[in-house]
Amino acid sequence: MTVQTGIQPISAARRAKDRFVQVLVYLAFALAVIPLLSVLWLVVKNGMGRFDMEFLTHSMRNIGARDAGGGAYHAIVGTLEQVLLASLIAVPIGLLTAVYLVEYGEGGRLSRTISFFVDVMTGVPSVVSGLFVLAFWILVLGMPFSGFAGALALSILMMPVVVRSAEEMLRLVPRELREASYALGVPKWRTIVKVVLPTAFTGIVTGVMLAVARVAGETAPLLLTVFITDSINVDPFNGPQMGLPLYVFDQAGRPTDTAIDRAWTGALTLILIVMLLNLVARLITWWRSPARRR
Amino acid sequence: MRRSAFRRSRGDGPFRFASTGAGVVLLAIMAAIGVFLVVKAVPALQANTSHFLTELTWQPNATKPVFGIAALAFGTVLSSLLALLIATPVAIGVALFISHYAPRRLASVLGYVVDLLAAVPSVVYGLWGVTFLVPFMLGPSKFLNDYLGWIPLFGGDTVVGKSMLTASLVLAIMILPIIAAISREVFLQAPKMQEEAALALGATRWEMIRMSVLPFGRPGVISAAMLGLGRAMGETIAVALIFPATFKISFQILGPSGNSIAANIANGFGEATEVGRGALIASGLVLFVITLLVNMGARFVIARRKEYARAAA
Amino acid sequence: MAKQIEVAGLDAYYGSHKAIEGISMTIEPRSVTAFIGPSGCGKSTFLRTLNRMHEVIPGARVEGKVRLEDQDLYGADVDPVSVRRTIGMVFQRPNPFPTMSIFDNVAAGLKLNGRFSRSELDGIVEDSLKGANLWNEVKDRLGKPGAGLSGGQQQRLCIARAIAVRPQVLLMDEPCSALDPISTLAIEDLISQLKQDYTIVIVTHNMQQAARVSDKTAFFNLAAQGQPGKLVEMDETSKIFTNPAEKATEDYITGRFG
Repeated sequence: MTVQTGIQPISAARRAKDRFVQVLVYLAFALAVIPLLSVLWLVVKNGMGRFDMEFLTHSMRNIGARDAGGGAYHAIVGTLEQVLLASLIAVPIGLLTAVYLVEYGEGGRLSRTISFFVDVMTGVPSVVSGLFVLAFWILVLGMPFSGFAGALALSILMMPVVVRSAEEMLRLVPRELREASYALGVPKWRTIVKVVLPTAFTGIVTGVMLAVARVAGETAPLLLTVFITDSINVDPFNGPQMGLPLYVFDQAGRPTDTAIDRAWTGALTLILIVMLLNLVARLITWWRSPARRR
Repeated sequence: MRRSAFRRSRGDGPFRFASTGAGVVLLAIMAAIGVFLVVKAVPALQANTSHFLTELTWQPNATKPVFGIAALAFGTVLSSLLALLIATPVAIGVALFISHYAPRRLASVLGYVVDLLAAVPSVVYGLWGVTFLVPFMLGPSKFLNDYLGWIPLFGGDTVVGKSMLTASLVLAIMILPIIAAISREVFLQAPKMQEEAALALGATRWEMIRMSVLPFGRPGVISAAMLGLGRAMGETIAVALIFPATFKISFQILGPSGNSIAANIANGFGEATEVGRGALIASGLVLFVITLLVNMGARFVIARRKEYARAAA
Repeated sequence: MAKQIEVAGLDAYYGSHKAIEGISMTIEPRSVTAFIGPSGCGKSTFLRTLNRMHEVIPGARVEGKVRLEDQDLYGADVDPVSVRRTIGMVFQRPNPFPTMSIFDNVAAGLKLNGRFSRSELDGIVEDSLKGANLWNEVKDRLGKPGAGLSGGQQQRLCIARAIAVRPQVLLMDEPCSALDPISTLAIEDLISQLKQDYTIVIVTHNMQQAARVSDKTAFFNLAAQGQPGKLVEMDETSKIFTNPAEKATEDYITGRFG
């Protein structure tokens, strides 16, 4: 055996390859961030112009595509109502399903089936959930286009997100905590309600907010269920409503500068709402676990 | 047993029932989606005077309805595959950047920045795409057509901004954060033991990643890409604003043609008659089935990865 | 006295925590040096500073000098990758690459270091597996995954993988702690053979093992939890175990603490 001495340097080719990949990896990250910066920059730049009181307090009633002015009040109200209703439907079902999967399912056939379809449901295209509500609620049951129909479609998109995040949080609750409660003679359901859910509470809130942020920006399901209106309609159960994403889509499709300006401002408002929800959710998570993983 | 204290507590039954019921409701919704789409699609399909699977044109509102899914399905698949092709390498790079390259303190913040990409609503990407990217892409598209026009994909006589390529690019940007986020999680889970084994053999960082991180993460990346594919196929509003909404099959991705099932639903819903709505629902059913298969495939790969990870531990 | 590795005034940190302090020692070529000491005394940390694996952990750093035949391992122009290529390492738990076959595991390091013809590769893999006393057990299933072997076989596979790149020094971090007694014996026999060709440094919790396999023994200790670990003394193994200079060493060896 030949014994070499001293540190044996590695070849220049290997070193170069390592450097090359490093450059590629940094480049990939830069490439991913460029569109984000471009989108945010243009939304702020083009959206600030019409981001005024009139925009936030007026509807589009009697305002044509060429007219300046007009606002998204009707759309903002619509979005808030639709998202709130969607949450009222999706959160209880999602949370209870998560409780079932973690506390009662015990890895049985039903729980595995539900778990699988929750994953599959995450992949249901938003336009399909809109079509489903259209087919079922509006065409078969003969209900009108309404904010509530939109909320139904949004709730289908919310449910799997709520289930997954709540499930993850519930599983983080230490076993010992549950056992301590059982040892005191507290029944299982009271243990879940009084011990497990409160422990996981902030995590669950974070998950719900992320789910809300996701559906607040959905357009396609609203298009098929809420329809479009230029007037204020505060009743989510009756007649067409507007939604902020729908408003952006509608204005973007009109071929005048004033309409495009309104679309940008609508986009800015929408992004502010969604980012705010995201930020608050992240802050809650961050505040809960200061020592983050690598 | 003498005392009744061992009885199951009151309240446990109803609570258990409610939580089980919620899970069953979820299953019922999934089933109902399939059932009601079929119910409303069938009458329109019966009224169709052409073959739904092979017909290119989409005129369900005519007195003699003629419509088929062929061109739309083609556009959906082509644009999604192109998006996947563009997004996956970048997403893997981004994931590696955050898991193995970025300074530790920065990594989680940068990860959040990428997650923000996913938080931007699709209609905003649509607006950005149609006002900024469409005119912007004209130059690069002309360049591709001039110099690489001999490749059929970049060929054709007319080059436009509202093209298959631009739409695919927007889709790529939209699915990138999903693929990157999942890949990042798998890369972070790669066993430290094997990473150290590679380093101790005198591997560079890239060689260590190739020897221990990528083999471990491959199934995760594959399923992430499939989830991204599913998302791209279902994406509606962004591409509805960009696609020129034609009904033909063309591989020339720089030219004035392109459409997708989802975009056609968004664009066609306003003027749809009863048969028209049924036809759109039928196309949605096709989309539902395709995305369902892609997603189930992705889940299957993940499930196999879990078994593999257990065997390796 | 010939010297292979010379350490002078070495401190190692995890972030702001000082794990070991002021360690100086000389390690002789083609001998077995054992590090013993109570848990947390920094012997594994010290071992990992010898091939710059310490700094792989985020926030970890080293101060002081480590020389391999008069070359400073921590010199400004020294690539940690080439240090690790020259000084091999075997870990506490066997860690073969799970996706690779037995053959590819052994060849993994070689393939990094340039092109070998298939016959060259076959030869080196066979030599390395023979060197690790594993050849007879696996020669008929070289294409099978390395993860399918028993724990002791996996550890010998890892040793084969480490010696395949012909390192000058082999560092072993408690290589038998995850193994049964029979596999442990096999590894100890192997260590005695390997020292014909390699300089071996082994961290062990097991004092009998240190007494059995090593020529020199170094005893590490720490004043209290949270304090940095220090080298108490280092001497011929026979002397450490029969007549140590320091009282702390004697107390540890005789089982009065630790």
